[in-house]
Amino acid sequence: MKSFRELSYPYIVWACVMIGIPMILIILYAFTQSGNSVTTFTFTIENFLDFFNDSVFIQVLMQSLKIALITTVLCILIGYPAAFFVSRMEGRMKATIFLLLTMPMWINMLVRTYSWISILSDSGLINTILGYLGIGPIQLLYTDFSVSLGMVYNFLPFMIISIFNSLDKMDKGLLEASADLGANKVQTFLRVMLPLSLPGVITGITLVFLPAVSSFVIPKLLGGGQYVLIGNLIETQFISVGEWHFGSAISLVMTIIIMISMYLTKRVDKQSASDSVASGGGRIW
Amino acid sequence: MRKIIEFHNIVKEFDGQLILRGINLDIYENEFVTLLGPSGCGKTTLLRILGGFLEQTQGEVYFDGIEISKVPAYKREINTVFQKYALFPHMDVYDNIAFGLKIKKQSKDIIRQKVEKMLKLVGLEGYDHRPITTLSGGQQQRVAIARALVNEPMVLLLDEPLGALDLKLRKEMQIELKKIQKEVGITFIYVTHDQEEALTMSDKIVVMNDGEIQQIGSPTDVYNEPENEFVAKFIGESNIIPGVMLDDYRVVFHDKEFECVDYGFDDNEEVDIVIRPEDLDIVTTDIGKLHGVVKSITFKGVHYEIEVETDLMTFKVHTTDNSEIGKEVGLHFFPEDIHVMSKMRAY
Repeated sequence: MKSFRELSYPYIVWACVMIGIPMILIILYAFTQSGNSVTTFTFTIENFLDFFNDSVFIQVLMQSLKIALITTVLCILIGYPAAFFVSRMEGRMKATIFLLLTMPMWINMLVRTYSWISILSDSGLINTILGYLGIGPIQLLYTDFSVSLGMVYNFLPFMIISIFNSLDKMDKGLLEASADLGANKVQTFLRVMLPLSLPGVITGITLVFLPAVSSFVIPKLLGGGQYVLIGNLIETQFISVGEWHFGSAISLVMTIIIMISMYLTKRVDKQSASDSVASGGGRIW
Repeated sequence: MRKIIEFHNIVKEFDGQLILRGINLDIYENEFVTLLGPSGCGKTTLLRILGGFLEQTQGEVYFDGIEISKVPAYKREINTVFQKYALFPHMDVYDNIAFGLKIKKQSKDIIRQKVEKMLKLVGLEGYDHRPITTLSGGQQQRVAIARALVNEPMVLLLDEPLGALDLKLRKEMQIELKKIQKEVGITFIYVTHDQEEALTMSDKIVVMNDGEIQQIGSPTDVYNEPENEFVAKFIGESNIIPGVMLDDYRVVFHDKEFECVDYGFDDNEEVDIVIRPEDLDIVTTDIGKLHGVVKSITFKGVHYEIEVETDLMTFKVHTTDNSEIGKEVGLHFFPEDIHVMSKMRAY
């Protein structure tokens, strides 16, 4: 392995340029005042004070965390059974169903989200059908429901894939051993399958929760203008308002929250990983 | 002794291929039975049918007098030691062994007592809270045995449990398994392709090939009185010589008439003669019953394997005395060293 180490150097340079420098710039912007020239900086923590002293911003932050949490929980609740049933299928059927479940990932997220608009809008597919039945129209678009739906729809494949991986790689001999020792199917699931698939669930959580906290396209398109999440806030600060310093500060707060949650999931993962070696769910981070 | 397991005409077909071709076998209480045969002979399939992990295409399995084909694995009073151990990686040694007892909702005190007793039985005292992954192959093997035995099954199934261990450890475990079986006093059904392992441990050996039982007998029976060529070749090494049984106690092979201890064949029946290499002795030409020339000598540690070529065939001889290549020698054996068996039906 040692001889291949040099091969990673270009990547390190790439990572420095593409990740390191923007990060440094964001930190720099977050702690400086507007109106600096290239050579002189006035350092300040005012950007952060502005953020934390305004209850509206805190509400936006909480709303973002709430939506991300709901999305993650729904993804687990839907994704686990889906992954479970796919992992128990055989051969061709398994490959086909797995492909169908993960297919949306191959299509651009914007396109998929726009198609939800045409399904959910007042003159959309669902309301048209309801109209024939003499019901509605019901307000579906621009609600909590449509945002959650869009989020779950977008992130579900990640959850399914990581849970499926851990279930699929599981040694079937362990399930036989459990049956041999007197455990029925439910007991086997609760005592053997579920604990051994936890690393996959945790990988899934990382893959869903973190992008969900900072997503801004889906809430913007499906939640309408009034639906502001932290991602939207950052976007408007940079693009519409032009307050790069304040935007950077919010980004930094965001980054720190993400890092803390990564650290927490990693700790849980490590705990279950030290308990279980025959786990699946390849580590992504 | 009480019959505990009866296989009645078990047939197993898989993808149009016959894996088992009508197995009839009775297994008794407290027996150490070994299913012995080359890989692909159907021995593991038979064991898995008994364990409840496979269903036979035809035939019945009786356990303690009751047909159990439709009883799911978890309801059978049988436990298995799996080939790859199949220990639960997310539990420590104690929790692995306690698994079955916890499922049965036994009280904590009783579980503790039983697990401690098992750890002692398999020589792993003090290993309670070791993670499974830190154990060596031999230790994992012992945990697997303890985990199965702690449930006090009426029958323990062992599917090539020593296959992954090195030779020295395997020999130790063979003796230990036999000791454990005597101590707990239950039926062990052991699957292996290792004939030496089978001879060392078993009360009864069931030799299988190609989905059929070839011979059932004690280790000495199977070794000394193989019923057909397959058994003779599979268990130990042997010289197999075509011959004709003149009448009781008289046999002709290698163009000579010999006195033997076998009887009950038809007059002039064509038979196969087995003489084990260790029953042959190299002597001087004047007292040898057969004559030949030493063709090759291989040192095997305890003995030499010497090939002696006669004018009709080559004999394999195991002896502790060395010889010389090209030397004219005689081969000596006693009447009881001649094992006569029926010609094998085409298989």
